Amino acid sequence: MRHRFTRAARIAGVVATAAVLAAACSSSKKSSDGGTGNGGGDKVTLRIGLFGTFGLKDAGLYAQYSKLHPNVKIVEDDVELSSDYYKSLQTHLAANSGLDDIQGIEIGFVADIVANHADQFVDFNTVPNAAQVKSTFYDWKWGMATTQDGKTVGLGTDAGPEAVCYRPSLLKKAGLPTDRASLAKQWSTWDDLVAFGKKYESAPGKQANSHFIDSASSIFSAAVYQGQTAYDDAGGKPIPETSDGIKSAWRFASQAAQAKLTAGLDQFTTPWNQAFANGAFATISCPAWMLGYITSEAGQAVSGDWDVAPLPGGAANWGGSWLGVPKASKHQKAAEDLVTWLTAPEQQVAMWTSQQHFPSSSTAAADPKVAGAKSEYFNNAPIGEIFGESAGKLKRTPIGPYDTQIQQAFTTALLTVANNGKSPDDAFKDALKNIKEVVGD
Amino acid sequence: MTVTTRPPTAAEQATPGPPSRRPRRRRRSALGSRAAYAYVAPFFVLFAAFSLYPFIYTAWVSLHEVNLSNPDQMKWTGFGNYTKLLHNEFFWNALKNTITIGIISTVPQLCMALGLAHLLNYKLRGRMFFRVAMLMPFATSIVASTLIFAQLFGRDYGLLNWVLQEVGLHRIDWTSGHWTSQIAISAIVTWRWTGFNTLIYLAGMQSIPTDLYEAATIDGASRWQQFRHVTIPGLRATIMFTIVISTIGATQLFGEPLLFAGDGKTTGGASHQFQTLGLLMYQQGWTNFHLGQAAATAWMIFLVIIIVVLINAGLARGRTRGET
Repeated sequence: MRHRFTRAARIAGVVATAAVLAAACSSSKKSSDGGTGNGGGDKVTLRIGLFGTFGLKDAGLYAQYSKLHPNVKIVEDDVELSSDYYKSLQTHLAANSGLDDIQGIEIGFVADIVANHADQFVDFNTVPNAAQVKSTFYDWKWGMATTQDGKTVGLGTDAGPEAVCYRPSLLKKAGLPTDRASLAKQWSTWDDLVAFGKKYESAPGKQANSHFIDSASSIFSAAVYQGQTAYDDAGGKPIPETSDGIKSAWRFASQAAQAKLTAGLDQFTTPWNQAFANGAFATISCPAWMLGYITSEAGQAVSGDWDVAPLPGGAANWGGSWLGVPKASKHQKAAEDLVTWLTAPEQQVAMWTSQQHFPSSSTAAADPKVAGAKSEYFNNAPIGEIFGESAGKLKRTPIGPYDTQIQQAFTTALLTVANNGKSPDDAFKDALKNIKEVVGD
Repeated sequence: MTVTTRPPTAAEQATPGPPSRRPRRRRRSALGSRAAYAYVAPFFVLFAAFSLYPFIYTAWVSLHEVNLSNPDQMKWTGFGNYTKLLHNEFFWNALKNTITIGIISTVPQLCMALGLAHLLNYKLRGRMFFRVAMLMPFATSIVASTLIFAQLFGRDYGLLNWVLQEVGLHRIDWTSGHWTSQIAISAIVTWRWTGFNTLIYLAGMQSIPTDLYEAATIDGASRWQQFRHVTIPGLRATIMFTIVISTIGATQLFGEPLLFAGDGKTTGGASHQFQTLGLLMYQQGWTNFHLGQAAATAWMIFLVIIIVVLINAGLARGRTRGET
């Protein structure tokens, strides 16, 4: 074989190998290059980077926008897990390259973007009609994506006002009331809810192997946002030891865990998913987006045997996202227009009716299609009214870059109270140790 | 590759023949050796780019405080990350877990593999089928097998607990318990790697001359005696190899505990009861964003691997010397 190659061929071979290697090392982001236009009537391809089930495409909004603006083509890059998405967004932001024209921003990392990368995003206070755009959003939603010197890194898509979802049939077996109005009275505070849960657990007729609530984190992650502060002080610095929200939320949640009111499940794991269909718990605190989750996990067999009642202790929010435009985008103007349109009240109403994503726009939430919405699956509960009331009462608690990890430290510690018989004080110390690992000393 | 660089002797020069033949051949050979470098270059270029560079860069990063959010801003801390790690209870916990899971997965795994290989080495009907079947778990993706095992070990709806209950025993909360969770994870590792090691042992056994077995049989040795006195000594090098490979694998254990916890949780259980060193490193870097700390942990894992392999090698050598 060797003899057939001439010197020239050998050299060519080496060069070719080197070229292939070089190409392999530099190919990465070629595919994301969009059209060549600059927004002015030319063909524009806008790439929109999202995670999980944003649902913009499924709601038909891209198709609708392309019909209105035939020169705009929208391409979605979707990553399933928001944590994976966040990691790649972080690397792209650090390198300031490889960014899409529009990037989804989740509540778990909006504080990081606001604190560390606000200069890399278009400030939505400077777009045309900024004041008018701002007036359609809930103040707290706008505020969460705004820096201390008043730059807004993105426009809100959905929000997660919270309520309690429950199984009327399970409460009935335990001889407890099942209608929304009396439940709202019976568990108007978290102390009441814990007392109510104890009644459930001691009821002789309760369904075997069922518990009152899915997990202690159901209580904790809702109640923590009802304090003056949740995980951080006004400057976004974590204050796990002193926050009033954490203190009271921990008290309620650890009481419930210790009294064995919970099914001891770790939320968003397979056993938790399976428990929905098996009727292993009677209540769960549910942000608006959880309704869709419950429907798909619990299945049509229990349609009508779910209901929604207001959250104890006042309003709280869990989850929600924004859309931001990186300044690195070549089609900044076109991207701004698209984001403004996608998050406008009419589109947020469409997102609610087709995907059950609750609007972060107060204008949209007041629309009869949202405010008057009822859900058949949830026993015709006036879900629009319940979640709308919660969203309207929300006040903004400061957020920080480590909220996701801090919340996880507490909810994990609560699991050891429920499942390993750890004392709440020891578990709290464990959580603080874990948090110290995250935020440093 | 034959390299003929020796100068032609006078006799050779005097030999009549095609004058260009010798020098031409010599030139081609020299060029041939240079071309050889080009042929092996891709491996070394890739090795340098994807192994050596990250290796050294990790060491450099481990001497800094770096946040995943701003990886460009590196703050020099010297060996700060290492001293912090040595004073960190989570590190010692992870090290302990890695060792215990390593032992309860590797030891039964290698013993079973040795036994199975011995059985498969006999003339069995359908031997080929069993040999291929052995490798099936290894060919299954780690994600698929772990997810299925996690279901089997489920507290409320797991098959194992159902069986336990049927035979009148208590249900076990596999994931929450310290030892139960480690046993569950070891079961996954054992299931996955036993077949692989079996095949390695089998290959080693087939290189042991059959005369030895025949001689042993004539001497009246039982199968067990044959196994102890012929097979095991003949496999010493192979056993050493599998021990080293399993040790490295056990020290780096990551996928199984990560997936066993579910939902991408990196704590290795609510009280870190099955957090391995690999998982701790991942948590530090990608959950807690402390890249410098994670890099330091990566280097500590490397050191641990070297130490454990050296201990193993020392033990094996000591045994060999003691027996011969």
